[in-house]
Amino acid sequence: MCLGIPMKIVEINDEKGICEFSGNRIEVSLKFLPDARIGDYVIIHAGFAIQKLDEKDAEETLKILKESNVI
Amino acid sequence: MKFIDEYREKKYIDELKLILNEFNFEREINIMEVCGTHTHSIHKFGIHKILPKNVNHISGPGCPVCVTPTSYIDTAIKLSNIEGNVIVSFGDMIRVPGSKSSLEKEKSKGRDIRIVYSPLDTLNFAKREKEKNFIFLAVGFETTAPSIAATIEEADKENLKNFFILCGNKTLPNALRALIESDSKIDGFILPGHVSTVVGSDEYEFLVEDYNIPCAIAGFEPFDIILGYISILKQINNKETFIANTYLRSVRREGNPLAKFYLRKYFYEVDSEWRGLGIIKNSGLVLKKEYKKFDALEFFKLEFEDVEERTGCMCGDVLKGKVKPTECPLYSNVCIPENPVGPCMISSEGTCAAYYKYG
Repeated sequence: MCLGIPMKIVEINDEKGICEFSGNRIEVSLKFLPDARIGDYVIIHAGFAIQKLDEKDAEETLKILKESNVI
Repeated sequence: MKFIDEYREKKYIDELKLILNEFNFEREINIMEVCGTHTHSIHKFGIHKILPKNVNHISGPGCPVCVTPTSYIDTAIKLSNIEGNVIVSFGDMIRVPGSKSSLEKEKSKGRDIRIVYSPLDTLNFAKREKEKNFIFLAVGFETTAPSIAATIEEADKENLKNFFILCGNKTLPNALRALIESDSKIDGFILPGHVSTVVGSDEYEFLVEDYNIPCAIAGFEPFDIILGYISILKQINNKETFIANTYLRSVRREGNPLAKFYLRKYFYEVDSEWRGLGIIKNSGLVLKKEYKKFDALEFFKLEFEDVEERTGCMCGDVLKGKVKPTECPLYSNVCIPENPVGPCMISSEGTCAAYYKYG
């Protein structure tokens, strides 16, 4: 049910999008992400995109971990 | 692959392992995760084996198929036996045994049971085959419920009279309350990445305010999960409690407001039965009055009937984190993935299946 794989949006037609991961393409609903754009990476659950992933790399997170107490 | 490779990279994982190994606890620390995908990832990457001494990983009731009670399966089977009915479901559900049969067995007897990836696929069937009634098995947590709500909206727009759902969706917060209030000895929660993506990190404040339990929301790559552990252990050491969000790239404080709007527009919370945990107050979703025409129980005049859970299978205690799968007498003996007895072995997200596959 839950793929948990970030997929890239390669096409958008109204509320529907085509997402790609490792050469596989699936149709997903973008109903819950009206601001999604081609090129965005999204989390797909049961055929619906539920969130757009924010660009924040692992290195940055590690830096925060070391420098402060937030985590 | 972007958003995956960097969270599996060895140099980062090695750094995190060093931090993890600095912890030293005299007493046993139990950290529970409540998400099937976490269970799967933790076993796949062997994260439970690199935890500091005295820190135990426990899998809780995070697999939606596993927590669905036998009475739900029995009702789905009853519906499948009504002439002209088609049952539409996510894959894992069809193998779960009811009290006498499973949907898979009914399918082999010729009942029309179909597997889909998205609930929206059900509408395509319903539009093409007007003479049949399509019943979608609505299970899953807050991640799945909005998709089902959006499917109902679509069915309503199209004025479909042959589409129904069998309400079985569950919500997590009150199940967490029930777990804490039972005698489970939980020192910290790794909170689910994608349920949190929908509901938002603010939703869990009660865990801090009412129960003072350290928590971390985590993603599903090794980097994310180890970071979640570190955060919880650090909170325990520092005697502080908060909801850490170590999955910032997906989880916002407010979650996904539009998905939450759909969930609340179509569903409301009622007391609900969880396999192994019993009835939990306000932990299940049913359709609001104005959408009852899509409720299979209403249309076919059925109700969930109490049944006794199968004897021997310890899935209930596994889901509460009270026993490990290996402590169940059936595990790997009678109950194996090819011939599963309980739902925790059936679902790929189940704890027993993860233990069996990865150890």
